[in-house]
Amino acid sequence: MPLVYLDNAATSQKPQVVIDALARYYSAENGNIHRGVHYLSEKATELYDLTREAARRFFNARHAHEMIFTRGATEGINLVAASFGQAFISAGDEIIASTMEHHSNIVPWQLLCERTGAVLKVIPVTDAGELDMDGYRSLLSERTKLVSVVHVSNALGTINPVAEIVRLAHEVGAAVMLDGAQSAPHTAVDLQALDCDFFVCSGHKMLGPTGASILYGKESWLERMPPYMGGGDMIEHVTFERSTWAPLPAKFEAGTPSIGDVVAFRHAIEYLEQVGVESIAAHEHALLEYAVEQVREIPGLTLVGTAAHKAGVLSFVMDCAHPHDIGTNLDSLGVAIRAGHHCAQPLMRRFGVPSTARASFYLYNTRDEVDALVKAIHRVRSVFA
Amino acid sequence: MDLGSLYQDVILEHNRSPRNWGELAPPSQRADGRNPMCGDEVTVWLTIDNDRVAEVSFVGTGCAISKASASMMTQAVKGKTRAEAEQVFAQFHAMVTGRHANPADDPVLGKLKVFSGVARFPARVKCASLAWHAMKEALDAQP
Repeated sequence: MPLVYLDNAATSQKPQVVIDALARYYSAENGNIHRGVHYLSEKATELYDLTREAARRFFNARHAHEMIFTRGATEGINLVAASFGQAFISAGDEIIASTMEHHSNIVPWQLLCERTGAVLKVIPVTDAGELDMDGYRSLLSERTKLVSVVHVSNALGTINPVAEIVRLAHEVGAAVMLDGAQSAPHTAVDLQALDCDFFVCSGHKMLGPTGASILYGKESWLERMPPYMGGGDMIEHVTFERSTWAPLPAKFEAGTPSIGDVVAFRHAIEYLEQVGVESIAAHEHALLEYAVEQVREIPGLTLVGTAAHKAGVLSFVMDCAHPHDIGTNLDSLGVAIRAGHHCAQPLMRRFGVPSTARASFYLYNTRDEVDALVKAIHRVRSVFA
Repeated sequence: MDLGSLYQDVILEHNRSPRNWGELAPPSQRADGRNPMCGDEVTVWLTIDNDRVAEVSFVGTGCAISKASASMMTQAVKGKTRAEAEQVFAQFHAMVTGRHANPADDPVLGKLKVFSGVARFPARVKCASLAWHAMKEALDAQP
């Protein structure tokens, strides 16, 4: 039975070049970075920084040292919440997120608010699953210090108008953080054009290994923020009286990072560049339209998230079967989807469902696989209805 | 993987028409169960009379496995003493986690054997045991 992998919003499968790069690194290139004067250390350091430059180019950032390596998007958001929070957030300040955030873009801000006495404000979501932009405008004020919103919703697929969100926030002097975990793999992201202050992506959702992701921050912010973790590699000079910090990006990369994963991540970025993110977006959009056309015909099936601008995410519920049962049944037919709250419980509450079933597409999915999905959903109906 | 062992007809039938569905009026003992992985929720009510479970009911949102398991749990513990109810849970839990040596011949399990297939689906063990954990907590709750 062939595997139909439609859980790409959770993690993508990896191209052979990425797997080969991991094996090659550990076979022939493994050394610790920024340490030795020996060949392997120098080689590892060179490869590590090649990925940084590839990421800068891919996202069109101004400087490579604005790209900070993290384990994942979650770590990037927590870094900003801790470090930006320590430098720039105090009691009475306001932080804005939205109802469609992943828990990783809610909880770090709640923790920051608890520590500082700042207040978290929430942009409402419309019935179609779009941000209520009037609601957003009414939340902005001179008290707003940071707006942190998702670029593409993991649970609904909604593509948010982030350029407009950034522009409006900057008008009141607030910084903007974009959660690009679902946008970076599927849409072209131009950081200089977007003009956001911070951006996170998730390497393993964009063909890379787990353990290597990027936090982008504008140099002007990163320079003024304190370190997140202290340790090796992030210092300039250490005495027990006082230590000083290494320049960017090392200031935010304490300790030995996931070097092998970072090295292999470059091959994922280059793979995406070769295929072209625009063609990937077009391919997924065609798959989504084809899928929506067919599942709309299935009695008792309701789509959750019907925004005008959507990435390749098909979230749905059925009146006869719980998402968990849908997921297990589809799995038995070789179709892998996600069933659950997608780490977005406030959004699930907004739509009055405990969870949804979610199929999410990527560049390697085909129309035949959409057919297999639709056929499997019909099977669920025959078992449960 | 063959799903017949998981979604047996009895389970599908209890999912469509759960037994003992609804709240019990006070004074009753209640407890909530929550599965943070999937967002499923269940509330179990029961009354104890002379150390026996006199009435037991539930309300919840969840998959077929969790709903059918809650429904059959209410049937299984009704009329049992507290110790007996806890023993059924212990055997049930051993069965769905694959630690029961021989569930087929366990008289304590009775009809609950239809859940033996759950042991082959580790992701679904929590679904099957959610209402049971709530029942155990309700036994110890104050009316």
